[in-house]
This record gives sequence, C-alpha cells and structure tokens, in this order.
Amino acid sequence: MTEPAGTMLAVSRLQHRFGSGPDAPTAIGDVSFEVRAGELVCIVGPSGCGKSTLLRTVAGLLSPTGGEVVLHGERVTGVSEDLAVVFQDYSRSLYPWLSVAGNVEFPLRTRLGKAERRARVAEALGMVGLGGQGGKRPWQLSGGMQQRVSIARALAYRPALMLMDEPFASLDAQTRADLEDLLLRVRAEHRTTILLVTHDIDESVYLSDRVLVLSKSPATVLKTLDVDLPVERDQVVTRGSAEFVRLRTEVAKLVHS
Amino acid sequence: MSATTAVRPVRGPHRAGGAGARRRATSTLQRVAVPIVAVIAWEIAARAGDSPFFPPPTDIAVAFWETWLGGPASQLFLSDVAVQNILPSLARMLGGWAVAVVVGVSLGCALGRSATAMDYAGPLLAFARAIPPPALVPVFLVLFELGTPMQLATIIFGVVWPVLLNSADGARSVHPVQVQTAQVFRIPRRQWVFGVVLPAALPKIFAGMRVSLSLALILMVISELVGATNGIGLQLALAQRRFDFDTMWAAVVLLGALGHLFNSVLLAVERRVLAWQPGGTRKGGS
Repeated sequence: MTEPAGTMLAVSRLQHRFGSGPDAPTAIGDVSFEVRAGELVCIVGPSGCGKSTLLRTVAGLLSPTGGEVVLHGERVTGVSEDLAVVFQDYSRSLYPWLSVAGNVEFPLRTRLGKAERRARVAEALGMVGLGGQGGKRPWQLSGGMQQRVSIARALAYRPALMLMDEPFASLDAQTRADLEDLLLRVRAEHRTTILLVTHDIDESVYLSDRVLVLSKSPATVLKTLDVDLPVERDQVVTRGSAEFVRLRTEVAKLVHS
Repeated sequence: MSATTAVRPVRGPHRAGGAGARRRATSTLQRVAVPIVAVIAWEIAARAGDSPFFPPPTDIAVAFWETWLGGPASQLFLSDVAVQNILPSLARMLGGWAVAVVVGVSLGCALGRSATAMDYAGPLLAFARAIPPPALVPVFLVLFELGTPMQLATIIFGVVWPVLLNSADGARSVHPVQVQTAQVFRIPRRQWVFGVVLPAALPKIFAGMRVSLSLALILMVISELVGATNGIGLQLALAQRRFDFDTMWAAVVLLGALGHLFNSVLLAVERRVLAWQPGGTRKGGS
C-alpha cells in the first residue's frame, strides 16, 4: 500500500458519452476529483445523474470518452488489478453454484496457494460477522448477509481501492444501518480506501470523510464537502448532531437545486 | 424446460418422520398402482381379443425371458442374444450421445458467449435442427459404411442440436452483473469458462442432454432397423419378419425399459450436480 497521505485515485476531466456523434447522450460531463489513501469518499447526486456510470468508468468496466483515471500513479486502461467492486445487486454478483466461502475465495483461486486462500477467506468472513457460515449457499442467507459476503469477497482480495455501487440501496433500514457501521469498523481496522456511490444523502454524510455532490446529468462535481464529524460515528448520536444536520441540509439543497 | 425444476423435490428442514414416511409410501403406491392396473387390463383384453398381433403381457414376459435373459451368471444372466445385440446397441447409443454432448456443449458455450458468431451461425443452426434426424438415415447410408459408422453418424448428427442450442442459450444467460463481477476481479479465461459460464449454463445443458438422450435411443433403433448386423433394432425387425410377435413385443418392452432407466439415471445425476440451485425459485435461468 502507498503512504497514508498519498493520492490513491486521481480522476481528471473525465467524460463519458454513450455512442458517438454530436447527438450522443452525455452521462458524465466533466468530472475531476481525488481520493487520498485511507479515505472514504461518497459520491451523491440526483437519481439518473450518471453516478453508476462514473463508478463503472473508474472501475475500468467502461472506457471514458475523455479524461483519465489514475490509480496510485498508474493510468487506468481496462480493469485494474488493484481494485474491487461491491455491486448493489448482491444476489447476481454472488455465484449461486458456489458456497459462501467459495464465492469469497473465487477471485483468489489462481492468485494464492490453498493455505493462504483459506486463511484469507476465514479472516474476511470473520470481519463481516459471517464466521462459520462459509459452507452455506448465498441464497440461503438474507439480503443483508449476502451483501456482507460481497464485502468479504472484496476485502479478501485486498484491493488498494474498494468501489461500492449503491451497496445498501436494496436493504431495509435496520440492515442498512448495521452494514454502514460494519463498513466504518472494517475500514477503521484495515485502512481500506473506499469510493462509494449512493443516492441517500444521510448515508453519504454519515459514512464519509468527504462528500462529492454531482449535478444532474451530464454529471459535473457541484461541490466537495469535508465532513468534520468525529471519527467514531453512531447511528443515533451522529445523526442527531448539529453538524450532521447542517451538512445533510447543504447536500440536500445541492442535490435538489 | 421448467420440468427440470418441477420434478425436484423441495428439501425442507422440517419433514416429520412418521408423516413423511407415510406420505412417501402413499406416493409410491400411487405411482405403482396405475401401471399394475394397466398391465392387468392389457392381459385381460389381450386374452379376450385373442389377436396374434397383440399377445398378452404374460406371453411377452416369457418371450422376454427366453430372448434376453436366462444366461449364465458370468454374463450377468444375459442370454447370448442379449450380449451380442444389447451391448453393441448401447455402445453406439451412449458413444454417439457422449460425442454429441462434448461437441454440443463446447460449441454451444462458445456461440452463446459471442453475439456475432451467433448472428452468423443462427440461421444455419435453426435449419440444421429443423431437419428430422431419421430423414438423414438414407443419406448416411450412402455416405458411410453400413453398420456402426453410419449409425454413429445418424445418432451424433441427430442429437447434437438440443445440446448445442440449449448450451448456447444457457451460456448467453449469464447475468451482466455476474459478467462484471468476473471482469472486476480479473478472473482468468479458464476460470471464467469453467467457473462461471459452464455452471451458469448447466441447468439448460442438462435439459438439452435429456432431450438428446431420448432422441439417441430413437435414432439407435431406427438406424438398426435399416442397416445393421446386430442390435436391438435388428432383433426387433427380424422377429417381425418371422412373425414372432411375442419376441417383437419383448424388444419393444426392452427399449422402453432402457429409455426409462437412462432417463432416471440422468435425472439422478442432474439432481446431484445441480443441487446448488435455489429450490423452486429459479426457473430455467436468466
């Protein structure tokens, strides 16, 4: 991993259009931002503004029509070896023919020896509170637990950057709060750098070190807000604090402007 | 092929011992009762009708014993006729089917993952599959040597299509998020093919394999009726030519039993291999 203060991800003048020609719809207008190592940055914006397209472009799943993505010093062309993605659609992202442990192990199969793989899988499942559930099939678990498996798979991969595409959007409120706290805990323990896309304004403020607010499509960065909340966050105390309310109001105004 | 999922019993955590056993006994009884009644009805009708073309089941059973069984223990109690005819028949049928499955699955998966290849090959495949396989028997009679080569060609060409088209369909149905997941984790090509595409396509592949297996039995018989030096189909034709209708029916019964046996075995294998499928919630992919 790079030094804590270093820039992990640099996105500059990123553009994405679907198709070609002057009439091609532009999903991302002109987006530039940076994510420092160890940071958790949330991207929030009105629905349909191109958040997911932006994340997929950063992941290398889509190639940008302009600008560039630099992941710790190297320009990204195609999918980088050094990142993992947690998708919103956990039930599709986990392979039903593999066990929970098999899913976490899958990306490591050709990369690590058997003993090390097993250790990593056990560690990652332990981190997300699923120790001992490795033998089950993903579809035998609840939605929240399935998304934990996805997170465990990303953690076991030990990426320099973890991208999360609306990871908690299809979960109920209680499960969502649990997983938000789990994410904060895991990140504090492992200093994982995370870029998370969400449409949930409160969630973006609650989780982040910084919030990037995107405009309506074609997306540009409207504003970057530093979140000066205490590192230790609490679903009740933090969300009730004056600073939280001020920040969420500001983000909400920007999103709805 | 929703039959794949419909047949699979739902494995629930609670299945009380006594009630479950009683239910199982009842269902076994229900399944056996109708065939038994049917055979008895057939026996009565055949004895009453007294037609040489429809011998009673008891006569057929005697002919069955005399033709196919009654051999020494070293031959698994099979008669010489059975050994000389059933084994070559099964070898051709299963051999042809196995070749068709290997070719069909590999070609089908390749086609299913490539939209352009499918665009080009699609119309040709649709045409080839539409040809009734028995219509090709005369063609293969001319093209190949009489006997096993011609029979194998008929079986392979006839049964490859259901496997191929089902495999293509299954391979195509890998969900975009499953594809992106593999891309994100940079899953190497081999692991992608054998760890994602093949398992995702497997439910459809099995459906195709079962259709193909029953087709293989049909084509085995047809090819033996016209050009063979041995085989169950040949024995069937010979018995008919010498007006030995008991033996003719015994061959028909044997073919029915073999068809049922193969289908049951394949179903059992399928149930084991596809045990990972969420019970009942998954309906043939996509």
